Amino acid sequence: MIKQKNNMLAEFNGPIVSLQHIQKTFNPHSVNEITIFQDFNLDIKKHQFISVIGSNGSGKTTILNLLCGSLAVDNGKILVKGKSVNKKKEFQRAKFIGRVFQDPAKGTCPELTILENMAMAEAKDKHFGLAFGVNRKRMDYYKSQLSLLKLGLEDKLHVQVGSLSGGQRQALALLIATMTHIDLLVLDEHTAALDPKSADNVMRLTDQFVKEKQLTALMVTHNLKFAIDYGNRLIMMHKGGIVLDAAYEKKDALQVDDLLNQFNQISIETGN
Amino acid sequence: MDVFISLLINIFEEGFIYGIMAIGVYITYKVLDFPDLTVDGSFPLGMCLTGLLVSLGVDPWVSCILSLLSGALAGSITGILHVKFHITNLLSGILVMTALWSMNLVITNDSAVLSFFNKPTIFNSGIGSSFTGVMEDYKVLIMTGVLVIIVKIIIDIYLKTKSGLLLRAAGSNPQFVTSLGRDSGKMKILGLAIGNGLTAMAGGVLGQQANSANINSGTGMVVMALASVIIGTTLFRKIKIMKATTAVVLGSVLYKTCLSLAMLIGLPNKFLKMLMAGIFAVVLISNNILGGRRKRIYDKTKK
Repeated sequence: MIKQKNNMLAEFNGPIVSLQHIQKTFNPHSVNEITIFQDFNLDIKKHQFISVIGSNGSGKTTILNLLCGSLAVDNGKILVKGKSVNKKKEFQRAKFIGRVFQDPAKGTCPELTILENMAMAEAKDKHFGLAFGVNRKRMDYYKSQLSLLKLGLEDKLHVQVGSLSGGQRQALALLIATMTHIDLLVLDEHTAALDPKSADNVMRLTDQFVKEKQLTALMVTHNLKFAIDYGNRLIMMHKGGIVLDAAYEKKDALQVDDLLNQFNQISIETGN
Repeated sequence: MDVFISLLINIFEEGFIYGIMAIGVYITYKVLDFPDLTVDGSFPLGMCLTGLLVSLGVDPWVSCILSLLSGALAGSITGILHVKFHITNLLSGILVMTALWSMNLVITNDSAVLSFFNKPTIFNSGIGSSFTGVMEDYKVLIMTGVLVIIVKIIIDIYLKTKSGLLLRAAGSNPQFVTSLGRDSGKMKILGLAIGNGLTAMAGGVLGQQANSANINSGTGMVVMALASVIIGTTLFRKIKIMKATTAVVLGSVLYKTCLSLAMLIGLPNKFLKMLMAGIFAVVLISNNILGGRRKRIYDKTKK
């Protein structure tokens, strides 16, 4: 029975995530009423690594919040592997959607040690019962995972995460988010709060993990260079709609200048 | 000299009993970052329930366990009000604390004091009756000491389990708990249940030590417990090998010592609660002055 179910999942060939006819209005029935999405549609296929760019207020982050369940949609359907997740709460969706936030403090627990954070990340698929929190037998595995980050964290297992730098914490958060099986990795401007060197490092790691672990990813960024250099699909959003959607070869042909031109065009059209 | 020793014994006895409560409040206040006012109601709840059960002839240890469960229930209600119905943490505690006042009157059948002399308590039956001769003077001291150590060890072990790690994470970064696919609200409710369960058990043990349950015993318990937690964790912060649970029990003993000394030099009884608040205020102010510099540095690294 279970095997059959697994086979069915393996055979699922449709989009991993499908947003259909999404509507969202903030502060309805008040003077501050803002309709962000009237009819938003997006399909994310398996192994796509999508960069989403767009000006402030274009709805990039709102889409992530709707997808992860931090916000509820007014209308429309959110499907993950063909099944509606509309009624699932944020923590329930987190089981199959990994998320890395802009704020490096959000993806790890500062009071606990690196080791304890890793142990919890690994327990995500299992039970959080009364078994001892840290399994010493897994130390080597944690060390090998941490060494992927090339930050020397594998020698600091007993250091509290709160004392690490933002770049280190964000790299650790990325590792934690991708340690167990997830259907989609959501990256919410995850390099925006880091210095240029750390940002480059975290972005390179992101690309490495997405390729090695064969992930499907949705990344919101303000960094046009990252959007061009990484991923295999690029989406530009404006006022709750998609104004540019280039995948694979079409995306490879894009240059930063093209994007800037497009940005300016939109600005002129809307009189900004 | 005898007076001095018996005073000292009394300080430690009560310090240990309140220490059980301090461990509970450490869970809610320090681990969960939840200022829980339910404590003022759950302490007498445990005391009154134990009083009723013991006077009905129920096994005193079973009474302690039932007190613990009653407190856990009260704490869960506070948690549910806060988590599921989005009432602020302070108000949720006040609501349950106020409601418990009536509950306690129901338990004691409208009397303010419920005495149960000559009934078997944990201190005069079973293990308690095996202390004879010289040891009898130290009976309560030893038993409360062992009890608080057992509670401390259980909580220390729990905080290292997977569930315990999740509880600690729920206090310091609820978003992380969510990211792990778990409900951080549930962990808050669990933490409040543990905190108030231990508080009610402390009430039950104190009632058995005094052979009576007092419905007014809850007043000032929040202050007493928080003062113990803050004195303990501040004073012994430098000692790395000391567990926070040990520190808060010692904090409780120290706080009790301050109160007893003030009474010893002749402070009238009516000023007791004022003194309790006064010492706590001094602790908070000195904590802010001492911790001010450290906090600024911490904030900088956080940014």
